[in-house]
Amino acid sequence: MKKADIILLVAILAVALTALAAVLIMRDSSADTVVVTVDGKEYARLPLTEDTELIINSESGGVNKLTIKDGKAYMSEASCPDKVCINTGALTDITPIVCMPNNVIVSLESGK
Amino acid sequence: MSLSALRAENEVNDMSRTDNKAIKKLAFVGVMASFAIVLGYLELILHLDPGIYGAKIGLSNLAVVVTLYLADNKSALFVLAVKVIVTSLLFGSILSFFYSLAGGIISFTAMTLLKRFSPLGVTGVSIAGGTAHNIGQLAVAVVAFDNLKIAFYLPVLLIVGALTGLLIGLLATFTVNRLGKLSPFGSE
Repeated sequence: MKKADIILLVAILAVALTALAAVLIMRDSSADTVVVTVDGKEYARLPLTEDTELIINSESGGVNKLTIKDGKAYMSEASCPDKVCINTGALTDITPIVCMPNNVIVSLESGK
Repeated sequence: MSLSALRAENEVNDMSRTDNKAIKKLAFVGVMASFAIVLGYLELILHLDPGIYGAKIGLSNLAVVVTLYLADNKSALFVLAVKVIVTSLLFGSILSFFYSLAGGIISFTAMTLLKRFSPLGVTGVSIAGGTAHNIGQLAVAVVAFDNLKIAFYLPVLLIVGALTGLLIGLLATFTVNRLGKLSPFGSE
């Protein structure tokens, strides 16, 4: 590795870590509303405090099942092959659950 | 004289007329293209996912970086095209094709420019390529989802891109040093 390579690596990591710290500081701990967005449009708004299950049908024919239980929201079923959204686990305010094949985003916001 | 014998003789004549270097280059690029596909498959069957969504090691980029350094830009672009098209067809979907294409174009542009105009070595160019790749993919995701919110994921993807780029870069340095003599253009 050349010196320039190391400088580049350190610079990218420094910028990214600073940005990450900023995101973490700005996080909204009062977020309690689960917002489901499908194909760029708001699909549903659910309180995190209420146990429920939601079947999400996207335009492309994909189906996802969102489960809210004990104050945690997670994707329990998905029609996509990669299951990335299920493996993401529980929703937090800084890490939305994203299902790329079905164009579904589940994020956490503070309710109004 | 039989037809097949005639054909064989013709081939021999063609071979001797063709530039030896061109044949070497063709073979080298072919091997690298298949190398890219095998690496993509290897990553898939070994489940080499870092466990962060949207993040992949992208082992097949090793073939692109090695070709970039042992051959030329055009050959590397060809390997990249094979990688994007074939790995998406075999192991991905139409969606992964577009993400792969966007990431591939921006990382290739960054790598060729930095290789030409910056003091960066193989590893640095690969780090920049990995980072650029993830920026490109996230840009497509922002457009596809029509949702700026996921741009908050950029810092994580930058770190992942830099680290996977580092890994690929170190492997590429090793490979370039070892394969140097086999290159159609000689070692750099």
